[in-house]
Amino acid sequence: MSWIAETLTSSVGRKVIMALTGFFLILFIIVHLSGNLQLLLNDGGEQFNKYAHFMGHNPLIQTVSILNFTFILLHVITSIILTRRNSEARPVKYHVSRMQNSSTWASRNMGFLGSIIFIFLVVHLANFWFKMKFGGVPMVEYDGVQYKDLFTVVKEAFQQEWIVIVYVVAMVALGYHLSHGFMSAFRTFGLHHRKYNGFIKGLGIAFSIAVAIGYAIIPVIIYFRY
Amino acid sequence: MKLTLKIWRQKDANDKGRFVTYQVDDVSPDMSFLEMLDVLNESLIHKGEDPVAFDHDCREGICGMCSLFINGKPHGPEQTTTCQLHMRSFKDGDTIVIEPWRAKPFPVVKDLVVDRSAFDRIIQAGGYISVNTGSAQDANNIPIPKDKASEAFDAATCIGCGACVAACKNASAMLFVAAKVSHLALLPQGDPERAIRVSKMVAQMDAEGFGACTNTGACEAECPKGISVKNIARLNREFLRAKFIEEVDKPLEELAEGK
Amino acid sequence: MSTVATDIKLDAKIPEGPLAEKWEKHKFNIKLVNPANKRKYDIIVVGTGLAGASAAATLAELGYNVKAFCFQDSPRRAHSIAAQGGINAAKNYQGDGDSIFRLFYDTIKGGDYRSREANVYRLAQVSVNIIDQAVAQGVPFAREYGGLLANRSFGGAQVSRTFYAKGQTGQQLLLGAYSALMRQVAAGKVQLFPRTELLDVVLVDGKARGIVARNLITGKIESHSAHAVVLATGGYGNVFYLSTNAMGSNGSAAWRAYKKGALFANPCFTQIHPTCIPVSGHYQSKLTLMSESLRNDGRVWVPKTVEDAEKIRRGELNPNDLPEDRRDYYLERKYPSFGNLVPRDVASRNAKYVCDEGRGVGPTGLAVFLDFRDAIKRDGRAVIEAKYGNLFDMYMRITGENPYEVPMKIYPAVHYTMGGLWVDYNLMTTIPGLYAIGECNFSDHGANRLGASALMQGLADGYFILPYTIGDYLARMPYDKVPTTHPAFKDAEREVENRIKKLLSINGKRTVDEFHRELGKIMWDYCGMSRNAEGLTKAREMVVKLREEFWSDLKMVGVNEEFNQTLEKALRVADFFELAELMIIDALHRNESCGGHFREEYQTPDGEALRNDEEYAYVAAWQYTGDGNEPVLHKEPLVFENVKLTQRSYK
Repeated sequence: MSWIAETLTSSVGRKVIMALTGFFLILFIIVHLSGNLQLLLNDGGEQFNKYAHFMGHNPLIQTVSILNFTFILLHVITSIILTRRNSEARPVKYHVSRMQNSSTWASRNMGFLGSIIFIFLVVHLANFWFKMKFGGVPMVEYDGVQYKDLFTVVKEAFQQEWIVIVYVVAMVALGYHLSHGFMSAFRTFGLHHRKYNGFIKGLGIAFSIAVAIGYAIIPVIIYFRY
Repeated sequence: MKLTLKIWRQKDANDKGRFVTYQVDDVSPDMSFLEMLDVLNESLIHKGEDPVAFDHDCREGICGMCSLFINGKPHGPEQTTTCQLHMRSFKDGDTIVIEPWRAKPFPVVKDLVVDRSAFDRIIQAGGYISVNTGSAQDANNIPIPKDKASEAFDAATCIGCGACVAACKNASAMLFVAAKVSHLALLPQGDPERAIRVSKMVAQMDAEGFGACTNTGACEAECPKGISVKNIARLNREFLRAKFIEEVDKPLEELAEGK
Repeated sequence: MSTVATDIKLDAKIPEGPLAEKWEKHKFNIKLVNPANKRKYDIIVVGTGLAGASAAATLAELGYNVKAFCFQDSPRRAHSIAAQGGINAAKNYQGDGDSIFRLFYDTIKGGDYRSREANVYRLAQVSVNIIDQAVAQGVPFAREYGGLLANRSFGGAQVSRTFYAKGQTGQQLLLGAYSALMRQVAAGKVQLFPRTELLDVVLVDGKARGIVARNLITGKIESHSAHAVVLATGGYGNVFYLSTNAMGSNGSAAWRAYKKGALFANPCFTQIHPTCIPVSGHYQSKLTLMSESLRNDGRVWVPKTVEDAEKIRRGELNPNDLPEDRRDYYLERKYPSFGNLVPRDVASRNAKYVCDEGRGVGPTGLAVFLDFRDAIKRDGRAVIEAKYGNLFDMYMRITGENPYEVPMKIYPAVHYTMGGLWVDYNLMTTIPGLYAIGECNFSDHGANRLGASALMQGLADGYFILPYTIGDYLARMPYDKVPTTHPAFKDAEREVENRIKKLLSINGKRTVDEFHRELGKIMWDYCGMSRNAEGLTKAREMVVKLREEFWSDLKMVGVNEEFNQTLEKALRVADFFELAELMIIDALHRNESCGGHFREEYQTPDGEALRNDEEYAYVAAWQYTGDGNEPVLHKEPLVFENVKLTQRSYK
């Protein structure tokens, strides 16, 4: 095996992949959230639709988005490999296990939380991204230019109670996932020091809460506003 | 005190195993947990039954031979070894469930006894400094900062009991491996073999079939010696440094194979 | 009917010449094995503690093929790991007047002049190399702020020569030796046999050529052949049932060697440590040692009257409420100049005396107070906590009592056995090719071992002495191997199988532990801290009788062909029964008091140990002459050319 393959297929190497892709996805989450918060502007969706148009046509963004999908897949596939390996490492389970005080709930359930997020992603992509790419989105005209009216699609989707609930639940899961993942990624990179551990932990939790709330309020506000 | 014990019984590695329930009366709160099992075993022998097999030796919390997953926790409810756990940590009438360490690399030998030779093989892979007897220079030739020596000592106090593996939801041996990698990486004497050591030890850990680390921290919380997870971070650092930064003209994997 | 030749001439093979040059000269004079020929020799090392692991690793580094055995699941579990205090070495890093000669002198004197000058001097010489080796292996000894090694004074020594790693020096040194051993396993030079226990030594043409061992998982009896056999199996303190030894520590390897013709030296020399946590009940399985350093600040006392002691025992009186004039600080009273810091044997013996008088405390009446009240008052709780915090925590965990508020209770416990297989200067027993190292041999501590010297001796033997001296023997040996199909192996296997069969077929009523506990009590009562001819004579009868009962009334379960911990114990206890008798015989024959051996008939008017150098300045080496026969005593006279024999006094 080549050294890079051996490195990346070792248990520590796979964790490095998880951490690297995780960090990238965190960046994506930040960018995506700041874009989506434009949905809350009271302009009938103009700015959001223009932003969506820009994102859909900028070659750089398109390249990054391919990278993004790749990293999501890499994150998911690696996690599946690791989860299988981890579960094989204990073929006979404990009859009684009271480990709840020894670690956080989120840290023990990253796979479960990740699965919720993944299912959500499928629903989310089917709802918006698929429609955006393959039709089904009405057009709207600003200053004589035709734009896809994604805003209306979003608005209509978020009028359905169940979709709002699915989104809120998924964002809570994302928050928990990040609350462990953020800190864990740092440790996987060996960044651990008394001097800044508290900061990383605090930042991770603050970030997780902010992301979860930031995303979750979008469907909720739209639901109540329209 | 009267107690109900639900103990995992398994004749040998090939047996399927099952829980058997026993009653013990006359348990004194001053007994150690293992002494309580001694009392049970004495009564079993008197009845002509097979006593419960469990590993133990020094009974003062340092040899690392005792194990036992007691009521859902490695070494029971206190953060110490099972031999230092005393019955005053339990209440009259309690039911105590006792299981062996569960991990694929720790197969059950009998009842509560498991085979932990995987740990020895990980140390064989590189958990040492290559220095032949008699070739050492004077001990005071290389000063080592007190803090560093004491940090290395803290990592070196690992007793190799396997509680970290037992506690980890992934049955990962990272804390054990990290403790040894850290201990030697922190000392100037360990520096020459730093890169190859971490490479080989991680490879052996994987080959044994231990799970990967999810940074849950359960190992640290349950370690009877309080080995810190910062050692895991240090292992990760050492690993990345070994694989991506270490300046040798051959990949470590080839060096490891003696090419 | 003895068919054994008893006209052995004990030759310690001490090299000629001045003390300081003996070892250097000897190393030059002994034969060497050509490096290319070393791989043609196989060596068996039994036991993987400090002595065994260091020897196995070093022999493998030299090129020999080594087979290492231990009964634990990993070599790292050996009981050396539990040593707390430290390791002595004559480095004189502190510049406080230490030297090889001073360490030698202190060890000889501490051993009450019952050890060999040449061996002890060599021990002091190589002590400095041990520290170098350990540091190079990554043993994290305590250090000063400048980065140099720290030292402390230990066990009343007047110089600071003890190297330490917090209270876990044994652990760190053992893990160092273990890592060296693991390196040789990886190199293919050491074959490891964990969970395998020696059950006999095999002799071919009078030479040790292998062992018979039991695989503790499968019960399979296996033979292993070699050119030499090294026993590094530790001491036999568990004869007493309760001791600070590990549960599995046993004397069987040494005993089997004895029965094959190796002489057993000074079996009655046992060390009792004064500061252990007292027995809490009949279920007690072992005793836990607490560092001697506690006596630096704690004051030892018992109530002056039996009545007060009884009240305290019943819990009617809080010891803190007992006024000063009704307390007896007996060590301070009897030994005004040393006070609570008298040596181990003196402190232990006096604790026994006050308890025998009925003034002991604790539920069993077998404990004395070690009180920190005055120290806390004087220095403040924070200072005491900084010094002894971890020891207090350990005490609290085991007893459930808070020593900051209630006086700590302590009692002596068996800790170390100075006696062991007789070895010559090369560490070879009287069986050619059979070596004994570490606590397993008798060589360096005389009648009493100094604190922090056990680790030193184990590693000196394993790293720096045996690997040289064994070459001298092997160089004279042909390369050819004895197959394990040889009749000598087959006979030994059969003998072992019969012994096991016999044990398993006893269909009695009492368990191994019940017998062991009873044996231990006899030994503790009559062959413990204080002995007399009458008691020893009685004890011998009791041991013999109990041994007969053991072989007829033992309750066994299970079969040989399985993981059978009851059988493991029974085999060990069967040997303890025989060894116990030899200890008593030796204690009875030695009509003097010295070190750990205190015969009540032989004391000064002040009640101190009275040596008899005229008649007993020798090593008592006992020869087995068949079951039921009296062992034969061989004397190795001890010649002191470099030290003057003096009487210890701590008044």
